[in-house]
Amino acid sequence: MKPLEGLLVLEFAQFMAAPSAGLKLADLGARVIKIERPVKGEAGRQIAIKNLFIDGDSLVFHTINRNKESYAADLKNPEDLERIKKLIQKADIITHNFRPGVMEKIGLAYEQVKKLNPKVIYAIVTGYGNKGPWANKPGQDLLIQSLSGLTWLSGTKQKGPVPFGLAVADMVCGAHLCQGILAALIRRAKTQTGALVEVSLMESILDVQFEVLTSYLNDGGKLPDRSLVKGNGHAYLSAPYGIYQTADSYITLAMGNLIHLGEVLDVDLSAYSNKADWFSKRDEINTLIAQQLIKKETDTWIFILEEQKIWCSRVYNYQEILNHEAYKILDMQQQLNLPDGTQLTSTRSPIQINRQKLFSAKAAPKAGAHTVAINQEFNL
Amino acid sequence: MMPLKDYLVVDFSQFLSGPSASLRLADLGARVIKIERPETGDICRHLYTSNVILNGESSVFHAINRNKESFAVDIKDEKDREWIWKLIRKADVVMHNFRPGVMERLGFDYESVKAQNPQVIYGEISGYGTDGIWRGNPGQDLLLQSLSGLTWLSGDADDGPVPMGLSIIDMLAGANLANGLLACLVKKAISGVGALVQVSMLETAFDFQFEAITTFNRDGGELPQRTASNNAHAYLGAPYGIYQTQNGWLALAMGQIPVLGNLLGCDALLAYQETAEAFDKRDEIKAVLAAHLKTNTTEKWLSLLEPADIWCADVLTWDRLMAHDGFKALEMLQEVTMLDGFSYKTTRCPIRIDGELLTSSKASPALGQDNVKIIKELSDE
Repeated sequence: MKPLEGLLVLEFAQFMAAPSAGLKLADLGARVIKIERPVKGEAGRQIAIKNLFIDGDSLVFHTINRNKESYAADLKNPEDLERIKKLIQKADIITHNFRPGVMEKIGLAYEQVKKLNPKVIYAIVTGYGNKGPWANKPGQDLLIQSLSGLTWLSGTKQKGPVPFGLAVADMVCGAHLCQGILAALIRRAKTQTGALVEVSLMESILDVQFEVLTSYLNDGGKLPDRSLVKGNGHAYLSAPYGIYQTADSYITLAMGNLIHLGEVLDVDLSAYSNKADWFSKRDEINTLIAQQLIKKETDTWIFILEEQKIWCSRVYNYQEILNHEAYKILDMQQQLNLPDGTQLTSTRSPIQINRQKLFSAKAAPKAGAHTVAINQEFNL
Repeated sequence: MMPLKDYLVVDFSQFLSGPSASLRLADLGARVIKIERPETGDICRHLYTSNVILNGESSVFHAINRNKESFAVDIKDEKDREWIWKLIRKADVVMHNFRPGVMERLGFDYESVKAQNPQVIYGEISGYGTDGIWRGNPGQDLLLQSLSGLTWLSGDADDGPVPMGLSIIDMLAGANLANGLLACLVKKAISGVGALVQVSMLETAFDFQFEAITTFNRDGGELPQRTASNNAHAYLGAPYGIYQTQNGWLALAMGQIPVLGNLLGCDALLAYQETAEAFDKRDEIKAVLAAHLKTNTTEKWLSLLEPADIWCADVLTWDRLMAHDGFKALEMLQEVTMLDGFSYKTTRCPIRIDGELLTSSKASPALGQDNVKIIKELSDE
């Protein structure tokens, strides 16, 4: 049995951060009902990457919203709103990511909802919290990355700001929302009281930088200094940490004893016996290592390095890793059953409970697909 | 009331992935006791980054392990093992991030712990899963980024593999473990049942890429293509990216190309009237934009774009970020103090409950600082 079975989530949220939290809750066993505008549904249905759609909804929407139901309601229509209020009385969790003030106007702000259901866990995602000059700025992943300082950690020094090539703020924020909701449920089991849980994209992306920010806050405010050498792995780590080109592809070297590495690779690093130099002279050192690694093929180097228990790896692309035995044995993929009888291949939850992987073949719903059934079930 | 008040977490984990999960549980109100080797302790205590050492130990250790206690015990010593067992019998959560097989050898694996504490929630993080063909390999962040395809998403088309410059897989694995543990604690609170929660860094790395991998599968196995310049997402069209200006940088997330052309006074962009061109001709469009945006300042461009509701932002370094009123309004920083009086600044938990910030002035523990107290508590029972 999945741990959250029996819990009901109403997701008023759109796009990625909060819906990704809804997906986590769904995979852990909760029943998640998206509350959507009639016909058009949530705005994320139209946000596409590579222009890929399935029956009018974007592939991205399908990826984030599998394992959920959809209930269509016009929150400005009094009859629809009445039905939603009845549904809220049955709910354990409500999530939304409207800008400050929107839910108040509709009459579904936390204080208002609490009167309908005092035990509800009411969870909100914002871009930047609800006060200060950024409160009404669009909470979008790339903007959050750019404002937060994150873009000065990847790539080489001469590249300027380099963003993470994924919606990292959205995803981390979704994970944080989920943590807050679950913690509040634990308290509720003891105290029978609900909770207001709030997270923001900005606080979440700052939390991701907590290690390096703590260094920055206590080292006299020195900004991160990325290496000049291609493949730089981390602005705060010493040589050889990074990815290097070989005669036929690439190889990754993590942290380790540099002197030993030099001996194994047959690179003279004897000038760097002082450990402090491994950081301060890493550009020099990484250049020497790069000049050697380019001479032989990846497989040759891996064989030599692994024998010496040096932390290294190949660098795979999707074609290589997703067809690799190491991926297949994880059973990381699952087939979702689309309404037209075809299937969509997506991934599953990364969490295993009692040695069971958490699968669900339920594809993302069409907007309002479950309205009639939910009206009947809850007598709305 | 803190949501996890009165919960006890016994944490055998080291480095970042496991300890970042127990930090979250601590900030949510749990009591977290680190089980550490005498003399050396968590290896992270001496894993220096940037040579920033605070009070004798690495800044990274201090960031990850604040708000916790330290119990230094020799896991192979019979008498010490008895203390550990006494603690485990009282624990709500026991967790570790050893390689598969190590806890079985040490005798504190799930089955053994469950026999002593049937309601325990037991959490573990591995590098590559307990059955995977790489299960014996080191579960290190950069190796995981390299193996999982992640390095082909950031940077520009000709940059080769570009890692994300943080231990992102470690942190996400910690977040996944925290979510699994919390979900099982919810169930335990309702029905009294224990559980085993397992997370691997490899599964975490693929979950992080769930959108891109689903797209790859649907799209006939075509590899992600980063743009030639100004790349911010391999699967998004122009203008999505960061651009150099006369005095700094500008992030541009969305916007119809002709609309941008009009707002920015860039006639060359008016040629791209078709919506599909924003993706199909994104290299070309980005080159035009990049050249044009260099002709004026970030402030100037923001003043043209923001009133038109175009999603854009300045690109800040930490010094400018922390001087900004938007950052100050978040109250994201806190000062914490060690038992010996040493104080340092760090960030706080990013979650708010009932409108309150979750802060704690308790800094990281000195190795074994809580031994006397813990042994007394265990003896008094």
